[in-house]
Amino acid sequence: MSPWLPAASANAPETDRLLWALLLLSCAVLLLVFALLLRYIVRYRASSPLDRGAEARKTWRFEVAWTSATLLVFFGLFVWGANLYIRLFQTSGRPLRIYVVGKQWMWKVEHAGGQREINALHLPVGRPVELLLTSEDVIHDFSVPAFRLKHDVLPDRYETLSFTVTRPGRYALYCTQFCGLDHSKMTGAVVALAAPQYAQWLRENGGGASLAAQGQVLYMRLGCSGCHGGNGAGGTQSGGTVRAPPLVGLYGAAVPLADGSVVTADDRYLHDSIVLPRKEVAAGYAPIMPSYAGQIDEEDILRLVSYIQSLATEAP
Amino acid sequence: MNTAADVVTVPLGHTAGSYLTDGFSIRSWLLSTDHKRIAMLYLASVTMFFFLGGAAAALVRLNLIVPQGLLGSAEAYNRLFTMHGVIMVWFFLVPAVPVTLGNFIIPLMLGARDLAFPRLNLFSWYLFMIGGAVTLWALFSGGLDTGWTFYTPLSTEYAKGQVVLAVTGIFIAGFSTIATGLNFIVTIHQLRAPGLTWYRLPVFIWSMYSLSVLLVLATPVLAITLLLVAFERLFHIGIFDPAIGGDPLLFQHLFWFYSHPAVYMMILPGFGVVSEIIPVFARKRLFGYKFVVWASVSIAVISFFVWGHHMFVAGTSIYSAVLFSILSYLVAVPSAIKVFNWLGTLHKGYIHFDAPMLYALGFVGLFTIGGLTGLWVAALAADVHLTQTYFVVAHFHYIMVGAMVSAFFAGLHYWWPKITGRMYPEMWARIAALIMFIGFNLTFFPQFILGYLGMPRRYFSYPPEFQVLNVLSSAGATILAAAYLLPLGYLVWSLMHGEKAPPNPWRAKGLEWRTPSPPPTVNFLRTPEVTEGPYEYAPPEKARG
Repeated sequence: MSPWLPAASANAPETDRLLWALLLLSCAVLLLVFALLLRYIVRYRASSPLDRGAEARKTWRFEVAWTSATLLVFFGLFVWGANLYIRLFQTSGRPLRIYVVGKQWMWKVEHAGGQREINALHLPVGRPVELLLTSEDVIHDFSVPAFRLKHDVLPDRYETLSFTVTRPGRYALYCTQFCGLDHSKMTGAVVALAAPQYAQWLRENGGGASLAAQGQVLYMRLGCSGCHGGNGAGGTQSGGTVRAPPLVGLYGAAVPLADGSVVTADDRYLHDSIVLPRKEVAAGYAPIMPSYAGQIDEEDILRLVSYIQSLATEAP
Repeated sequence: MNTAADVVTVPLGHTAGSYLTDGFSIRSWLLSTDHKRIAMLYLASVTMFFFLGGAAAALVRLNLIVPQGLLGSAEAYNRLFTMHGVIMVWFFLVPAVPVTLGNFIIPLMLGARDLAFPRLNLFSWYLFMIGGAVTLWALFSGGLDTGWTFYTPLSTEYAKGQVVLAVTGIFIAGFSTIATGLNFIVTIHQLRAPGLTWYRLPVFIWSMYSLSVLLVLATPVLAITLLLVAFERLFHIGIFDPAIGGDPLLFQHLFWFYSHPAVYMMILPGFGVVSEIIPVFARKRLFGYKFVVWASVSIAVISFFVWGHHMFVAGTSIYSAVLFSILSYLVAVPSAIKVFNWLGTLHKGYIHFDAPMLYALGFVGLFTIGGLTGLWVAALAADVHLTQTYFVVAHFHYIMVGAMVSAFFAGLHYWWPKITGRMYPEMWARIAALIMFIGFNLTFFPQFILGYLGMPRRYFSYPPEFQVLNVLSSAGATILAAAYLLPLGYLVWSLMHGEKAPPNPWRAKGLEWRTPSPPPTVNFLRTPEVTEGPYEYAPPEKARG
């Protein structure tokens, strides 16, 4: 829309078109209202001798006319805005998943390869990206004006934000939900790199274990393996003493629950099962898992979720 | 049989016994059940709150002159904008017009001696003052840095400061507005003068009625929500904090279920005031009276179903966002209708440009800009970019400060002769109206651009590229401050030195003008009778003949 703010994501030009339309419409209506206002106050000022003629009596025709015109225009704007909004939530293909954790007052980013960043996010251009957003404490908001996108980041909840970056560059990242003392310091940069540079960045900043591998270490250390088995094969199968559901092939599968309902084992389900294990108990298992709330931070939960996710792809 | 032509039913000599001279002791004011005296108590109170909240805003704008923050302390800045929001919303914008102008004018417009429950009215003022005092104590003793929105779990678990005390103050003040709303509803139902049918009621009364319904239905939700915030903070009961099984979005639903109707509580009285003033100074019947009336009522109804538009990026479902978007457009229709009707009223009128009319015209202009930018944030994809930025700040200030405060001043000037028995200095008032319009636009228009560029709200410091627009905005704010201080000066001056006001300086048709200025304690020595609609203005020739 403007030369000052780049439109750097696939959806940004579309949002800008909508904003342009709103601007033109607003200017047109404003011009109409102010022009009529000025014309009337000059033409019909009390000192003007102009003959006013008879007063219009049937005002309802005007009322019906401008009510319907307003309704029609508003409905058009609604459809335009809603259509675009719904498409914002549709992910295409297999997006690159990156994990973002908000915390008073910084952004922590975890890449699948184990690369970690603070107040910065490196992204490839031209590839769909899906950010999984969560917060350690209060509600934050992940906002990148150059992408015309923002989304609240909630504690104990996973929200996603999907988009494709179209232009390499360095873009401002803000927290836009007031989160306490240093809210205005909770800023950073999103760095969009062309595919080769991005691969190079990943290499140069890797070195450590992948997120899933880090999760596996935690899985052993926190004692998850004691019940769910050494490689997530399930309690009884792997010789454990307690019967716990197997985790291999779990991610993305439908899980029947003890109350008769069925949920999909997505990130949210896995997260909640770790911190609120009694909320959704898998059918056929006793609700005996202890809660890890308070013992494990959101980043470690992401590592575990990433590990459990990796078990799905290994499943036969 | 009375007609509108015999404007005054009370001889002028009776002004000696006005409500202002009916006792001079402090006790006669603080324990008065006269709605006019209570309105004066309220006027003094909300004026104090307005300038307190305004001082906080001035410091906020001062801080934003430099990117790194002039005040040097994020904590101080956060406390200041919280103080600004809390005071302005609950102790100025929501009550201002109803408890001052409404309290004074409603019984006079209805031809009644007082509100239905005069003692409840006085009690409301005491509740308001106790609530205000507790809130101020919270704001000045440990401060508050949650923003006026108290989002959880920030307010319940993480924020330092006097959250519990502040919500207690607002909780108490809430009962004051509930009582006032109840009082207005009963008064409008029960105390109308003979012949004053519903469709002969001035639009101001209809607005006050719609507003009162909102006050009575929505404020209890706020009260419960704030109570839960206090309980959660004190006892960690797990309503809003997800760490103990609560849902932070539940707070937002409850809060906006009150706070969106609250926006209409602020602007509906403005619609009412302007709908009174434009016909008087255009010497013409209000265009589309019934449409304007039902627009107010439908706004009051639909405004209960649009709260979700504050949460388009908060993590609610796509379906709810789509639903709340279309409902938000729907609530904008009656507002648009009103603007067209005011324009229709001006058409072929005989327009006078006294200060109340200038303020009213300023209202129409600012409200149109505020309303149009509302269409931007109701469009879902556009809102994703604009929400929580300065665009939203500018949008709601256009409605709640630009339009609503203009309407408050329009009404204050219009009824000032009736309230005080003195005329305000016309030239000064016109100058103030003009400066206010210019200063307001200078302050808030740059914020639309800042918002589009992405500058977030509630930032103590900001990237340097936003400085030029911020400095422009702060410069505008100094002009705006001067425009707000001017009326304080000349209106107070007019109390002693203003020209004595006749009973009906504007040749207006409302019943309040059929009694002396200032009115006697009993309002009307003879109950007026009503035989025609509220705006039967005739062209000047006929009026003379």
